[in-house]
Amino acid sequence: MTDSTKASSAPALAEDSILLDPILHTGPKFYVTVAVLLSVIALGVCAYLTQYREGLGVTGLGRPVYWGFYITNFVFFIGISHAGTLISAILRIVGAEWRRTITRSAEVITVMVILFGVGNILVDLGRPDRMMNVIWHGRLGSPLLWDVCSITIYLTMSTTYLYLPLIPDIAILRDHTTKRRWLYRALALGWTGTPQQHRVLEFLIGVMAIVVIPVAISVHTVVSFVFAMTIQPMWHSAIFGPYFVVGAIFSGIAALICAMALIRWIYGLGEYLKDIHFNNLGLLLLVMCFAWFYFTGSEFLTTFYGSEPAHMTIFWMKVTGPYAPHFWTMVVTCFIIPVAILCNKRTRTILGTVIASVSVNIGMYLERFIIVVPSLSQPRLPHGGDIVYSPSWVEWSILAACFAAFTLMYVLFTKLFPIVSIWEVQEGREKSIAEVTERLKRYLPEPHTPAPKRQEAEVTP
Amino acid sequence: MAKWGMTIDLDRCTACQACVTACQVENNLPPTGPGEAHQGRQFTWMEMIPFEGEGERPKPIERLLPRPCLHCDNPPCVKVCPVEATFKNEEGIVGQIFSRCIGCRYCTTACPYTARYFNWHKPEWPEPMGQYLNPDVSVRPKGVVEKCTFCHHRLQNARDQARAENRPIREGEYTPACVEACPTQAMVFGDLSNPHTEVSTLAHSRRAYKLLEDLGTEPKVIYLREGE
Repeated sequence: MTDSTKASSAPALAEDSILLDPILHTGPKFYVTVAVLLSVIALGVCAYLTQYREGLGVTGLGRPVYWGFYITNFVFFIGISHAGTLISAILRIVGAEWRRTITRSAEVITVMVILFGVGNILVDLGRPDRMMNVIWHGRLGSPLLWDVCSITIYLTMSTTYLYLPLIPDIAILRDHTTKRRWLYRALALGWTGTPQQHRVLEFLIGVMAIVVIPVAISVHTVVSFVFAMTIQPMWHSAIFGPYFVVGAIFSGIAALICAMALIRWIYGLGEYLKDIHFNNLGLLLLVMCFAWFYFTGSEFLTTFYGSEPAHMTIFWMKVTGPYAPHFWTMVVTCFIIPVAILCNKRTRTILGTVIASVSVNIGMYLERFIIVVPSLSQPRLPHGGDIVYSPSWVEWSILAACFAAFTLMYVLFTKLFPIVSIWEVQEGREKSIAEVTERLKRYLPEPHTPAPKRQEAEVTP
Repeated sequence: MAKWGMTIDLDRCTACQACVTACQVENNLPPTGPGEAHQGRQFTWMEMIPFEGEGERPKPIERLLPRPCLHCDNPPCVKVCPVEATFKNEEGIVGQIFSRCIGCRYCTTACPYTARYFNWHKPEWPEPMGQYLNPDVSVRPKGVVEKCTFCHHRLQNARDQARAENRPIREGEYTPACVEACPTQAMVFGDLSNPHTEVSTLAHSRRAYKLLEDLGTEPKVIYLREGE
């Protein structure tokens, strides 16, 4: 059996051998990238050590702005992490064939970025040495504990969901490469590609794809609950759950487009990540863009029309006050720019979708920021002096280090495993064309009696 | 079981801030200096809150309102704590376990009265102030949240005394430092569950009101309106 699979996969692999290139060959560019990323990470580590030694006083935080960059980062990164698992699961379930080359790069984003979401919460703690108190003395009534539970489940499930479709590819690496064979042998779990193994794997992937969707939605809902469950103005809002989920998918798709464009450019995978993928993801991004605008509009209109003084203070801070630059930049980058680019078929190119995605990610970071900070800076009771929060070098460095560490982990992943799923591409070539033709036939009305007549008519002259 | 509460008569309050100072000395609140204070990092468990009083425009009279922790009966801070480091005890006092707090500052953001404080640095006192700390009150480490405890240590002392003499605590035996220091006796402290105490009578008077009453937090610090 093993021999026959090897024999059948060997010629096909030659066709896809470019997907193994990043794993087999490492150039000087890789080491330069790693060195640059490591130095940014080192800066972040220094910043954190300073904070650990001196206390959170080295940040720009104070009373009443008790939360700032770290919590913004937390919400932002958890949002990005929705890119992968959710999009890939939905595309798998609806049988979207164009998913085959993009699911892996999406799932990797989820697993890597969620670590930085959690990491930022730990960085924000005044007493990180006591973080285990959340387990020993956990209080289920606190929304923060809901976060701990759902993020832990989500991390476990999305790691599994990344790993399962990776198994056949790890087996390919085990059989076709000489590097790190011990690692691939252990991770391949004895995969030989028998029909029985394929059945089990596809069943498991199918189950995970379904189960992971409600978990993913719950994660961002409870992230929003951290804010919505308090009675603070412009936090205490029932729309926050779905609003955060929509924002998460929105920024997630944008992050995925950026990552795909980088992979395509660096590893020369233009054959695998084509215009059509960027076009389709661009359309998805456009849909989420309108959904996000709808939620933002609802939230601000409800607040404005109700005109409760405590809420209006925050409302005006965002719209015309000290946070107006952030707010209006957010409107431009999250709505005007992406809509202008993505509505037009001519600009919905790879470059166009990448510009729209970068813009969306900047806008979504600002969105998270103006959710967290303004509500805190004007508490209901007046207090002496206006405190304006501006992040310190420590907070900036840790943010930069998070991005650098994420990029580094992503790069290392592409150096260890194929970033485009080889077996799924092969499967697409071998089976799906027939399957899809069959499926399409089923959508159409059954051909009946007139058919032979037309044939006759064609034949007669 | 007693339910401890306080009334603050704004007609009597002269905003002299004796309560603020008494609280800082009693509870070992570290001085922070102007730089840190400018970033909102000073410790004022008892804080004077500015608000606009009656008066002719364009210059209404600036008023100050003393605000300790209001020890809500329905405290928003207790609800959100992930590790039960803040709690409401059976006598209605909202306390803080400094040795358990993880410093996530969820309670500080959830409190609508901004009555909670965070240790941004390791607390330090200039010499010789460091030698005159109150031994009854623990010095908080960096990275934890702290707040007014209604001078809970005074309740413990009063209770120990009463137990030694084999009798219940008498009225007036347990008084927080701010109340004790008030020169105009604007603040009255006592058991709200006993209808015969002075604090109960005042809390049910016509002038009584609660801060941000519509939030439903049920504060046990009750203000008496001025000018009546």
